[in-house]
Amino acid sequence: MVKFAVVVFPGTNCDFETERAIRKAGGEAERVWYKTSLKDFDGVVLPGGFSYADYLRAGAIAARQEIMEEVKEFAREGRPVLGICNGFQVLTESELLPGALRPNRVPRFICRWVHLRVVDTETPFTQFYEPGEVIRMPIAHAEGNYYTDDPSKVRVVFQYSDEKGNITEEANPNGSIMNIAAVANERGNVLGTMPHPERASDRFLGSEDGLRLFRSMVEWARR
Amino acid sequence: MFEHEEKLIRERLGREPNEVEKAMLEVMWSEHASYKSSRPLLKLLPTENEHVVLGPGEDAGIVKFDDETWIAVGIESHNHPSAVEPYGGAATGVGGIVRDILCMGARPIALLDPIRFGPLEKERNRYLLQGVVKGIADYGNRIGVPTVGGETEFDESLDNYTLVNVACVGIMRPEHLIHSYVEEAGLKLILVGNRTGRDGIHGVTFASEELSENAEEEDRSAVQIPDPFTEKLLIEATLEAVYTGKVKALKDLGGGGLTCASSEMAGKKGFGAVIYADRVPLREPNMTPTEVMISESQERMLFAVRDEDVEEIGKIFEKYGLEWMVVGEIINEPRYIVYWKGEKVADLPIDLLTEVPTIEWEMKPYRLERDVETPKISFSDAFELVWSSPNILSKRWIWEQYDHEVQGRTVVKPGRDAAVLKINERYGLAFVADGNPNHSHLNPYHGAMGAVAEVVRNLVSVGAEPLALVDNLNFASPERPEVYWSFAEAVRGLADAARAFGLAYVSGNVSFYNEVVDRPIKPTPVVAGLGKVKLEKIPGFGLEEGLLIGIVGITKRELGGSELYARLDIEGGTAPRVNLEEEKANAEGILEAIRRGLVKAVHDVSRGGIAVALAEMAVVSGVGFTADLSKVPAETSNPLEVSFSESHGRYIVAFPEESLEELKELFGHFAVIGRAGGSDAVFLWNGEELLGKPVSELKDAHESLSRLLGEGE
Repeated sequence: MVKFAVVVFPGTNCDFETERAIRKAGGEAERVWYKTSLKDFDGVVLPGGFSYADYLRAGAIAARQEIMEEVKEFAREGRPVLGICNGFQVLTESELLPGALRPNRVPRFICRWVHLRVVDTETPFTQFYEPGEVIRMPIAHAEGNYYTDDPSKVRVVFQYSDEKGNITEEANPNGSIMNIAAVANERGNVLGTMPHPERASDRFLGSEDGLRLFRSMVEWARR
Repeated sequence: MFEHEEKLIRERLGREPNEVEKAMLEVMWSEHASYKSSRPLLKLLPTENEHVVLGPGEDAGIVKFDDETWIAVGIESHNHPSAVEPYGGAATGVGGIVRDILCMGARPIALLDPIRFGPLEKERNRYLLQGVVKGIADYGNRIGVPTVGGETEFDESLDNYTLVNVACVGIMRPEHLIHSYVEEAGLKLILVGNRTGRDGIHGVTFASEELSENAEEEDRSAVQIPDPFTEKLLIEATLEAVYTGKVKALKDLGGGGLTCASSEMAGKKGFGAVIYADRVPLREPNMTPTEVMISESQERMLFAVRDEDVEEIGKIFEKYGLEWMVVGEIINEPRYIVYWKGEKVADLPIDLLTEVPTIEWEMKPYRLERDVETPKISFSDAFELVWSSPNILSKRWIWEQYDHEVQGRTVVKPGRDAAVLKINERYGLAFVADGNPNHSHLNPYHGAMGAVAEVVRNLVSVGAEPLALVDNLNFASPERPEVYWSFAEAVRGLADAARAFGLAYVSGNVSFYNEVVDRPIKPTPVVAGLGKVKLEKIPGFGLEEGLLIGIVGITKRELGGSELYARLDIEGGTAPRVNLEEEKANAEGILEAIRRGLVKAVHDVSRGGIAVALAEMAVVSGVGFTADLSKVPAETSNPLEVSFSESHGRYIVAFPEESLEELKELFGHFAVIGRAGGSDAVFLWNGEELLGKPVSELKDAHESLSRLLGEGE
């Protein structure tokens, strides 16, 4: 069975539910303390939370830990690397993904369910979505305002939209450029997403749209 | 400390206590730590039934959810510190209750924050609100415990003050229960977590006095500094240590600091303790033994562990980068001894610290209820006033700043009658807190009963069977005879109501001396409740096109303490009475209706009355309604009284036509008052329109809290 490491930094707080979602999607998952090695794993997930209390900048200190060298190795080898929320911030801070996540346009923490339009279904994480499909997941962040100098060069995976899939200003919760909610690297095997798929992996919690992301990832790693 | 208490201590010791002893005694004999004024009265509360595993007396109560799952629950106030320093005060309030749950061996899974302020028109009150909300958000979000609800209320009587209560629940397996007391001598006491500093010195004594005009400058050092990053590490390290099975007792350091935690841990079953205060890791140089012993620095826990297990437990702390130190040990002799660099600086009989004599203050009844003529204003003016009240407005601006989804359990989100957390694939835990100081001010007995009734209604409205209660009693100085009487009345009300529902209080908190410069607060009993709900059966909240709208229960002429009267500045009137039998029957009827799948949406009727409850159900789903309020079962025919009275025992239900006959059978008082549909909210009286408004307009007004605060979105 394919096995994913869910990396736990000091201050990470979405590790348990992320582990649960991967297992529900048919993969094996293990929470791994950041001082442990990542060998024997088929993929890595950097979950949400407040690694190092967001000191300096969100994700900045985690990005400089030794374990990130191994994560970079995974990325180079084309194995799946997923960063959720704080994990996305770690991925931009370690330059595994382009761009940066700035403080929200209204500078405070915001926890809210949003609609997303799936833009790119060619990545290992999104192969089970339909192009243009509208899905629902919650966001929960104070620094999710994605910025990059040239968005046309970025592989956009999800965009904040209204429930019909229109990309509007009102549907943009944090001021991200082009309503960008999730991006992948050029090769597609590294994905950063501000919305939390693990919180949308249970019908009782409001949506199972996020579970398909983990299913895609598990299925892809299996091949 | 009072004079007679100092005398008692001198007599018992046969000498004057020295400086260190005196400081420790002052802390332990404070109202906040000793409950000396409230203990005799709190005995009235029922604390046992088939759901209760552990009642009041330790850091949190424990309730049985099923054979494999227990729920730890507690509630705390952080009123005084939050009034002085709203951000730090509220944040450390969250930290404290989370550690209370943690030290029972439970993983904290949700928080509720009932918070109260003065009117928003004043800048100081807006500052307090913004600071408190940010404090709760920054702390709760960082430790990864979702804040799933609470209440927010504004009242003139709280000008320049704030009441910040925090309730927390945790989940545990029965075999992981750790008690707060030791049962053997020789155990080593490990202090772990943050270093000890000069913050929170005399925090409990400060919380046992009224605030002066200059409290903000004078009392800042009594407020602790929050560090959620360390708290999060402490949560994980503590649970890992608990799971080894080698922790013999566990307490967090809160009010009263090391003195309180270690003396209570040792003294409860008659043991004593030796503390080597100079071993405590310090944040600042030149701290005195007194400061070390009573500092309330946050994010610290005290573990009792056998000598041979110290190293193994210590390794766990080191994994998380937490500093730890053996600072003392448990002894057979019931004494409390403190050493400082080899010198004995305190030596007291331990019960002198832990068994503080109670005080019963003088009581004097007051009577504020009197008949007042119902004002002659139009329904639409009244509705406008009430609907725009900050007490009624949506609190989305607040709860969107709280991470209410972390841990992936939040089935019913904030903004509904109660939150529901997923516990397993079939069942959830409902969690809610309520209080209504306007009611309990007018009539403390019925107001307190009403808080319990409202908790029950809120639990029932999401389909939950009530399991247990916790209480947080916020009052002014007990030395005021009227206040002490109102406290006794409130406790009596809490007790009577709980007994009627067969419920027990498993934990609680009392906060006295809530006054600023001689201005006492209204009696504010806050009750939080737990319930168990089948996830498949949770009803909705919003209206759906075509459903019939019914009202359960009877409406009385009970405008006293209502939101309408608060907006009109009308004092007096009659506070709503709880008819315990009907309240109970209606709760059972609603649960039965939900079990049988008869209703699509349920909402309890409380603040603002029927008019507000209906409008809330419309706004949440964007579906309008036409409702004839003259059809409401009522003991009055005055439209204002019917629409805005806050009588208890009432629910609004939305249901398909085919449920009607069965539903009628379930309730003593039940009437269909209208139908959901369209885009307008239309209130009628005998077929004549009282008010018609687009739901979108109602929604826009309902979501205006951030505009009131001068912020965007």
